[in-house]
Amino acid sequence: MSDVRPLGLVVISSGLSVPSTTRMLADRLAASARDVLERDGHTVRTSFIEVKDLGHDIVDATLTRFAGERLQSAIDALKAADGVIAVTPTFNLSYAGVFKSFIDVVDPGTFTGVPVLLGATGGTARHSLAIDYALRPLFGYLKADTVPTSVFAAAEDFGAATTAKAEDSLQERTLRAGTELAQYMLRFAGITGGAVAPTRARTGPAAASAEPAVDQRGRAGALEEFADFVPMGTLLGR
Amino acid sequence: MQFGIFSVADITPDPTTGAVPTERERIRGVVEKAKLAEEVGLDVFAVGEHHNPPFVTSSPTTTLGFVAAKTERLLLSTATTLITTNDPVKIAEDYAMLQHLADGRVDLVMGRGNTGPVYPWFGQDIRQGIELAVENYHLLRRLWTEDVVDWEGEFRTPLQRFTSTPRPLDGVPPFVWHGSIRSPQIAEQAAYYGDGFFHNNIFWPIRHTKQMVEFYRQRFEHYGHGTADQAIVGLGGQFFARERSQDAVREFRPYFDNAPVYGHGPSMEDFTRETPLTVGSPDQVIERYLAMRDHVGDYQRQLFLVDHAGLPHKTAMEQIEILGTKIVPVLRRELDALRPAHVPDAPTHASLVAARDAALAAEGEQPYSDAYRFGTGDNWTGLTAEGGEQARRQAALRELREQRRLAGSAAGRETAAREAAEKGNGHE
Repeated sequence: MSDVRPLGLVVISSGLSVPSTTRMLADRLAASARDVLERDGHTVRTSFIEVKDLGHDIVDATLTRFAGERLQSAIDALKAADGVIAVTPTFNLSYAGVFKSFIDVVDPGTFTGVPVLLGATGGTARHSLAIDYALRPLFGYLKADTVPTSVFAAAEDFGAATTAKAEDSLQERTLRAGTELAQYMLRFAGITGGAVAPTRARTGPAAASAEPAVDQRGRAGALEEFADFVPMGTLLGR
Repeated sequence: MQFGIFSVADITPDPTTGAVPTERERIRGVVEKAKLAEEVGLDVFAVGEHHNPPFVTSSPTTTLGFVAAKTERLLLSTATTLITTNDPVKIAEDYAMLQHLADGRVDLVMGRGNTGPVYPWFGQDIRQGIELAVENYHLLRRLWTEDVVDWEGEFRTPLQRFTSTPRPLDGVPPFVWHGSIRSPQIAEQAAYYGDGFFHNNIFWPIRHTKQMVEFYRQRFEHYGHGTADQAIVGLGGQFFARERSQDAVREFRPYFDNAPVYGHGPSMEDFTRETPLTVGSPDQVIERYLAMRDHVGDYQRQLFLVDHAGLPHKTAMEQIEILGTKIVPVLRRELDALRPAHVPDAPTHASLVAARDAALAAEGEQPYSDAYRFGTGDNWTGLTAEGGEQARRQAALRELREQRRLAGSAAGRETAAREAAEKGNGHE
């Protein structure tokens, strides 16, 4: 089976140290999804956004309201993604501040309908509900298509406290999550049927223009900014 | 090509000394800068309109009227005039008045303001910013081009048999630009009327400016005002120059690092790379601004912000001197040489009068007459029968020219095709 184009998988990893358990989890989740897709005959192009490396750019963009070139290329990658893996350390009940700051400079609509696999890391498994308490509502707000299984990795997981074959081992959970993301991505890319496009409220201006402001899945299109106008003749009632 | 300076007259402490100018010092300083701009050969002086501290530009026509009296050649403009919160009747009156006093050395840049709270200060609703800009501007044009206006809209009381006075100088309204940073709707508005589009890009990367300008150019052509490259484009910009670039960098850095609009964000190096801000020698400024046309095409007006970030008056005056003597002569020579013959200059009062006269002559019409054509009784409204006839006829001819232009444009053909289709459906 040959695809027209490779599937784009973008991994957001916002670990702060090197090496980072967050990045390790992100790598494993990406590998898991990629393996499933490749086994199915699809080509996958994976790209990583290391939020830590964009720290200054993110603060600058927050203050100037435009993204510098390096940050913009990360945002552009997200806009073209067929699937996203988002992984963050857990700080004070929630995602890392820099992770949220990154999401805040991404254009609205970028995640609409996009399959997203959520992951988080923390010192102990006691923090694991941070995913469902903080990350999932965030991506719910962004109208992302989050996969049901998310993966929380605590220090003990990397210490292999459980055997790989155990049902709740990091390997098993990673595999389940990666499989779900792969299925969601195929659906989102239109390779398998059943995609449900979230509706986006079409404001008057976009509705009046010839170019579609949003792509077929309801995600913000590249042309959106310049489709957001009403021809003057219409406004003046002519 | 026109070059000039624009100011919003912000009162910002000098971060190196803590000195804060008084309102009087800042206001008088702005006038001094305008006078110097003319002396060093710049073409345009534009003043902003803000109604809140730390700005002292709440009354632009007072400022511009005063500058008009102190200058002879300088073109007076705005940066910007709030088309949303000013009553269009008052804009029509004020700027026609200024035209007469300044011998036509007037144009305007329409804008929607940079702060939400300004709307309620003038009884308006920010949620209707675009709608206000559209309705108010359309009325403003009518007030300038039609001697007697009957009008009804959403945002102000209706007008019946209203004449805005004085009538525009020589029967030609000031040229209008529309300033917008992010709203395609405003670029569309500028294009629809064949007005200028001013992108104040001082805080934006050129890739964004390029997209906005391209969009405006396409729509300008769409409405039949000319080809896309004939659209009237203006850009903002800012620089700090000294003979030696390292002196410029050393002197400007504390201002950059602490300015309310720049400070505590990107480094000066990052910001100068991404935005038009150029800190260096005059040659570096020249090189940077020569390159703007590579992104936006040949354009008509380049304005610079020189009095910002708390720079002392004396320093800002030195910057104007450097701009006028070292930078603009080269930019003007190079950019004018590069511009193809079919790309026009920005319209001026003289060129607009000449174009109108040529159109009247081509139609076999009498020349425009500025003889007083209104009644002189108490509380008179409307034209006198004898004086008004020619003005009425010439206004009708102008309207006809506009209709012909629109009918011959892509926009007109689209409308005709749509109407034909609707008519076809009606018969089924």
